[in-house]
Amino acid sequence: MQQPNKLTPFFENLNFERDDNTMVINFGPQHPSAHGQLRLMLELDGEQVVKAYPDIGYLHRGIEKMAENMTYNEFLPTTDRLDYIASTSNNYAYALAVEKLIGLEVPRRAQVIRTMLLEVNRLLSHLFFIATHALDVGAMSVFLYAFREREFGMDLMEDYCGARLTHSAVRIGGVPLDLPDGWMINLRKWCDGVEYELKHTYNALLEKNRIWKMRLENVGVITPEDALSWGCTGPMLRGSGIAYDIRKEEPYELYSELDFDIPVADTNDSYGRYRLYMAEMLESTKILRQLVIMYDDTEPQLMAHAPAYISAPKEEIMTQNYSLMQHFVLVTQGMRPPKGEVYVPTESPKGELGFYIKSEGEPYAYRLKCRAPSFFHTGLLQEILVGTYIADVVTIIGSTNIVFGEVDR
Amino acid sequence: MAQHQVNYASAGGLPVALTTVDHLLNWGRSNSLWPLTYGLACCAIEMMASGDSRYDFDRFGTIFRASPRQADVMILAGTLSKKHAEFARRLYDQMTEPKWVISMGSCANTGGMFNTYATVQGVDRIIPVDIYLPGCAPRPETLQYALMMLQTKIRRESANMKKNTKQNLRLL
Repeated sequence: MQQPNKLTPFFENLNFERDDNTMVINFGPQHPSAHGQLRLMLELDGEQVVKAYPDIGYLHRGIEKMAENMTYNEFLPTTDRLDYIASTSNNYAYALAVEKLIGLEVPRRAQVIRTMLLEVNRLLSHLFFIATHALDVGAMSVFLYAFREREFGMDLMEDYCGARLTHSAVRIGGVPLDLPDGWMINLRKWCDGVEYELKHTYNALLEKNRIWKMRLENVGVITPEDALSWGCTGPMLRGSGIAYDIRKEEPYELYSELDFDIPVADTNDSYGRYRLYMAEMLESTKILRQLVIMYDDTEPQLMAHAPAYISAPKEEIMTQNYSLMQHFVLVTQGMRPPKGEVYVPTESPKGELGFYIKSEGEPYAYRLKCRAPSFFHTGLLQEILVGTYIADVVTIIGSTNIVFGEVDR
Repeated sequence: MAQHQVNYASAGGLPVALTTVDHLLNWGRSNSLWPLTYGLACCAIEMMASGDSRYDFDRFGTIFRASPRQADVMILAGTLSKKHAEFARRLYDQMTEPKWVISMGSCANTGGMFNTYATVQGVDRIIPVDIYLPGCAPRPETLQYALMMLQTKIRRESANMKKNTKQNLRLL
């Protein structure tokens, strides 16, 4: 029984002393390798894990409930804080769901810029994965190198939208800004840099590194059946040999026009997933190069033309009375999408990220549900940790690449 | 002038001899601030970025430690939920004196944008905070500046003074 005035953490009620030679160990929620606030209760037999219970909810902030009391545009910056390593993919997934609810056509230049930002974010997220995964396993220098590359990418995002981490760079109906001068030159340079570093630095440091291979090979094996039945998506599913990528299966934005491959790893282990992430980064740079060329033959329009939902451009608001009135209504009351419900999946760096929105015709969503990939990957831990050694637990958590902003929401 | 005579044996004690000791101790303390890796949410990514090759926190003698027993500073980076609050307090209690707290980001300062049923509206409801760091998320430069401010604060403190006691407040 917990006393209301006394700070007695939950685990004090658990029976840590067992008669059957097993031991219960608490892992997290404060742990440098817990990737946020994961708490695991591990039951050990010697050094082997017999049972693992992931305990989540330490970062529960009530984001889905907040959405019910915010207008659609107001909620957009909140989505940044879901998967905070690749904020724009959340912004985009949310904006895409609202756009589908309204039935908006996004101008082509906005589509090009959005796809660019999505891929830049994918690179940022994957670089972060390599950095933290290597740091968890013990390769500190990879962390320093990968963060260097990541900082250049953050500079690109900063040049575009002014923020390093929480971008809010996508709006419902388009993008707020055109690319600044010289941005694409920097983007190309960054792509070159990432490709060079991937081939020369990270590969040289990790690919054939004996320790790295010993720590990762045959660790955290997810069979294709497990991956499917636990709802894995993204690199976790492709790491188990199933070539499923929403960018190819249900293409959104410009992905149907772009030429890229879906890398697949069929070793099912952490090492395979690491190689998959490396291959995906090269694909992302390939996509970015194609987008730079596509940008040049687009019209300068950035926001969709839908006066009932989206404010007109600033010049129109300042000169035309009716646009000003509409803008006033949209700002004070918020847009009112038609009644209905919508779910749109997107391929975020971590897997299938989708927003389900039920609208009652009000300026606020009646219900908003975020389908976050990390949530399912956290559930998988109770399956794949069983039978592994305690030293591999950190490797496996690292290789699932979970982020607690979107697990707990 | 007898009533103005300073009693050197109490209240901070022996100023002449001890200021030199203070200087020495504070020099050591302020230049080897070891923070606890206590990443809670988005700000943790910026905290990691401040430790990376570009911002290079090691220059300040700041090396992240995983255990509260080895840490001097607790950087609370991110949203503190009510479920996590008791752990934050427990970790703070486990840190050895002298200890300081930096509250990083709007969520840790005031609850920020998350004014909901699940969020603690400011970590100062749980633990005493020395430096509040605004921003959502604050840039690594901001964290560096906060750390420099904390160093300045430590250098001003008396080394033998127990923190957060009534006597301490009276002396300040």
